[in-house]
Amino acid sequence: MRKPLMLLAAGALIAYAATAAQAAEQSPLKTRDWPQGGPFGTFERDSLQRGFQVYKEVCAACHSLEYLAYRHLEGIGLSEEEIEAVAAEATVIDGPNEDGEMFERPGKPSDRMPKPFPNDAAAKAANNGALPPDLSVIVKARKGHEDYINSLLTGYGEPPAGVEMREGTNYNAHYPGQQIAMPPPLSEGGVTYADGTEATVEQMSYDVTNFLAWAAEPTLEARKRMGVKVVLFLLLFTGLAYAVKRKVWADLH
Amino acid sequence: MALFQGSNPVVKWIEYRLPIFSFIDAHLIDYPAPKNLNYWYNFGSIAGVLLVVQIVTGVVLAMHYTPHADFAFASVEHIMRDVNYGWLMRYMHANGASLFFVAVYIHIFRGLYYGSYKSPREVLWWFGIIILLLMMATSFMGYVLPWGQMSFWGATVITNLFSAIPWVGESIVTWLWGGFAVDNPTLNRFYSLHYLLPFVIVGVVFLHLWALHHRKSNNPLGIDIKGPQDTVPFHPYYTIKDTLGLGAFALLFSVILFFAPNALGEVDNYIKADPLVTPAHIVPEWYFLPYYAILRSIPHKLIGVIAMFGSIFVLFILPWLDTSRVRSATFRPVYKMVYWIFVIDCLVLGYIGAQVPEGIFLIVGRIATAIYFLFFIPVLPLIGWFERPRPLPTSIAEAVLAKGGGGGAPEAAAAQSEGRG
Amino acid sequence: MAGPESGTTRRDFLYIALGMAGVAGGLAAAWPFVDQMNPSKDVLALSSIEIDISGIEVGQSIKAKWRGKPIFVRHRTPEEIEQARAVPLDELKDPQTDQERVKEGRDEWLIMVGVCTHFGCIPLGEQGEYGGWFCPCHGSHYDTSGRIRKGPAPLNLEVPTYEFLDDNTVKIG
Repeated sequence: MRKPLMLLAAGALIAYAATAAQAAEQSPLKTRDWPQGGPFGTFERDSLQRGFQVYKEVCAACHSLEYLAYRHLEGIGLSEEEIEAVAAEATVIDGPNEDGEMFERPGKPSDRMPKPFPNDAAAKAANNGALPPDLSVIVKARKGHEDYINSLLTGYGEPPAGVEMREGTNYNAHYPGQQIAMPPPLSEGGVTYADGTEATVEQMSYDVTNFLAWAAEPTLEARKRMGVKVVLFLLLFTGLAYAVKRKVWADLH
Repeated sequence: MALFQGSNPVVKWIEYRLPIFSFIDAHLIDYPAPKNLNYWYNFGSIAGVLLVVQIVTGVVLAMHYTPHADFAFASVEHIMRDVNYGWLMRYMHANGASLFFVAVYIHIFRGLYYGSYKSPREVLWWFGIIILLLMMATSFMGYVLPWGQMSFWGATVITNLFSAIPWVGESIVTWLWGGFAVDNPTLNRFYSLHYLLPFVIVGVVFLHLWALHHRKSNNPLGIDIKGPQDTVPFHPYYTIKDTLGLGAFALLFSVILFFAPNALGEVDNYIKADPLVTPAHIVPEWYFLPYYAILRSIPHKLIGVIAMFGSIFVLFILPWLDTSRVRSATFRPVYKMVYWIFVIDCLVLGYIGAQVPEGIFLIVGRIATAIYFLFFIPVLPLIGWFERPRPLPTSIAEAVLAKGGGGGAPEAAAAQSEGRG
Repeated sequence: MAGPESGTTRRDFLYIALGMAGVAGGLAAAWPFVDQMNPSKDVLALSSIEIDISGIEVGQSIKAKWRGKPIFVRHRTPEEIEQARAVPLDELKDPQTDQERVKEGRDEWLIMVGVCTHFGCIPLGEQGEYGGWFCPCHGSHYDTSGRIRKGPAPLNLEVPTYEFLDDNTVKIG
C-alpha cells in the first residue's frame, strides 16, 4: 500500500509546485513572520490600530476600502465610542431627502467607508490613468500575501543602470515589471502614531500590512480557534471509530 | 437484525404501504459486501457525503448570494464578513468542491486498478462517468459565480471553445452567453444551472447505486462472489469502516478548511472581474488542469477541443478496450506497471496544465497527452491479449483465510475454517 | 457515563462513546447552519435609528422607516392628550393608560409602529371616529393614544423601545 500513498504525496507536491511555478520575474520577496501566520497565529491588535491610522492618513486618499463598514473596526479593538468618533470624521453621501436631493452628512458606525473617488473613471483621471485598487481583500489577491504588500511598500528605490522608466512610473523591485504608477506612499515620520511608536517606513509598512491582512480576513482568529476544536474532536472521533472498527472486524481476522 | 421483521405495529403499517424498512434493511444493513474490500473502497461513500455537504452549504449560500454582475462579488464579501458563520459556509463550499474531486478521482482510479468497469459493471461505470461530467459542469459554473477575474476569464476561455464547432460554433457561443461576451445574462443562467445540476447528480447517483447493488461490488481480487462465505453484511462491517474513513477524510478536509482555506484557489479571484483586463495567467481550478493541458498541447483549436472531451469520452468504451478476462491488477503484472505509468502521466498533465504552454512545458505536455491516449489505444487492448496473468485464487473466502484473515493471528485462521463456509 | 453491564461491557462502551461523539459532533456542526439564517451583522447594525424631531410642529406627524416598518411620530396637541386620558380603562379592548404609552415629561410625543395589529396594513392618520388612526383594510379605529377602540384589531398599536437623546433627537430600537 505504500506505493499509491507515495504517488498521492508526489501528486500533492507536484500540485503545490504547479501553483508556485507561475511567478513573474521580480526580485524575491522579503519574507518575515507575520503575527497572524501559522495554525495558531492571531492578529497583533496594537499593530492593527496603528495600521488603520496609516491607512486613514496615507492610503485612503486614493484607495477605497469599500467592503468595510466602520462597525467592523470592533475587530481591531476599537470601542463603540472610538468607532462613532472615527465614523463621524468621515463625510458620507445620503439621500434623497424630501426635496429629492442627495446630501452629505457625518458618518455613522453602520456606514460603509466612503470611496475617495465617485467611480473608477474619476479615480483614473486623478491618478495619471492608473486605477488605485480597492484594498479590502488586496492581501488575499496577491501572491505572497503580506510579504508582497510589505515588500512593495518598502521596495522603492532608484532604477538600476540602463533601465528606462516610462513616464509617470516609479521603480519598485517587487512590482511585476518593476514600473509602478503609485509613488512611494510612505516616508519616515509620515504619520504620528497615537501610541507613540516611532513611525519608520518599515514600521508603517508592517502595521498597514497587518491592518490590510485583517481587513481581508477579519474572521481569521475565529476560524483558527474553531479549527483547533474541530481537529481535536475529529482526532478523538476517528480514534474511537478505529477502535470500534477493530472490534467489529475482530471475529473476521 | 432486520428491522422490518419487528413486531412494532407502526413499522408494519408503514411497511405494508411503502416497504421502506425492508428496503433499508436489504440495501444498507443486510446487504452482502465482499469481505476483502480495502480502504480504497471508502471513497465512493466519501464522495456521496461530500455531495450532501455541497448541496447543504450551497443552498445556504444561495440565501445570501446575489447573482448579478454588479453585486455578486460584493455579496460574497457580505457572506464572508456579515453573515453569521458565512465565512465557514463559503470556505466549506469552495474547498468541499476540491475535496469532492479528490474523492471522485481516487474512486475512479481504484476502479481502473481493480477492473471494476468490466462486465457486468459497464453500466455502473457509465453512470459514474456521467456523474463526473455533471460534476465538471457544475463546478465550472459554480466557479463563475463569485465574479472574480478568474471566474470571468475562465468562463470566457472555456465558453469560447465551443466556437471551434464548424458552422454553428459562433451561434452556440452567443446562445450560451446570452450576449456578445460573458456578462450578467451568463452569470444568471450559470447560477440557475449550478443550482439545478447537483440534483441531477443525485438522480444519477441513485442509478449508479442501483446498478451497483444489482451485481454487487467488485473486490481487490477481482473474482466473483461465490456465496455467503465471501461476504459480510454491510452493517456493521462497512458502516463502521466507512465511518472511520469518513473521520479521516473529514480530518483532512478540516485542516485545509480551517488552516489553509485559500491554498487550492487562485489569488486572482479576489480581484473583481474586469472585462478590459486579462490576468497574466488564466488557470482553471486544479481538478481541470489535466484536461486543460491536453487542450493546449494540440495546436489546432477544434482538434484540441475534441481531444479534451475525448480524454473523458474514451472512458465509456474502456470495458471493450480492455480485453483481459482478469479484472484486478493484482494478478496482471504488465497492466499494473502500465497503470502506474498512466497515473504518473495524469499527474504530469496536471502540472503542465498550470504552466505557460511554451518550451519544455509544451513538449512534455504533448508527450504526456500522447501517452494518455496511447494507454487506451492500443496499449490496453494489446496487454489484454498478450499478458500472462498470475493464477487467481479459487475464492474470496479462501484468499482471505490464506492471508490469515488479513493480518490477524494464524491460529485464528485455523479456528475460522471450522466456523465458516 | 454508565455503560450497560453485560458480558461485553467494553465493546458496548466504545459503541456508545462513538455514538455520543457522533451525535455531539453532529449537533455542534448543525448550529452554524441554523445560525446563518439569523439576521446578519449589517442588518443588526441598522436595528436602531435616530430621528430628528425638531421640525415636527404641534399637531403634526411624520413617518419614518425602522426595521423595514413604518414608525409614526406624532407631536400631539394638549386636547389629544386630554382626550386620551379621559377614557375609562374598561372601555378598552386592550387596556392601557395613555401614560403607559408615552414618556413622562414628554407626553406630547406619541411614537408607535404604524402597523395595524389585525393583519398588518398601515393605518391612516387623523382619521377614524376616535380622532386617531383608521385602518382601511378591515375598519379598525385607533384613538389619540393609538389604542384600538373599534374594529377587528386585537391590540393597541405597538410602542417600540425608544429614548430621547436630547430635545431634538429620539433613538428608536
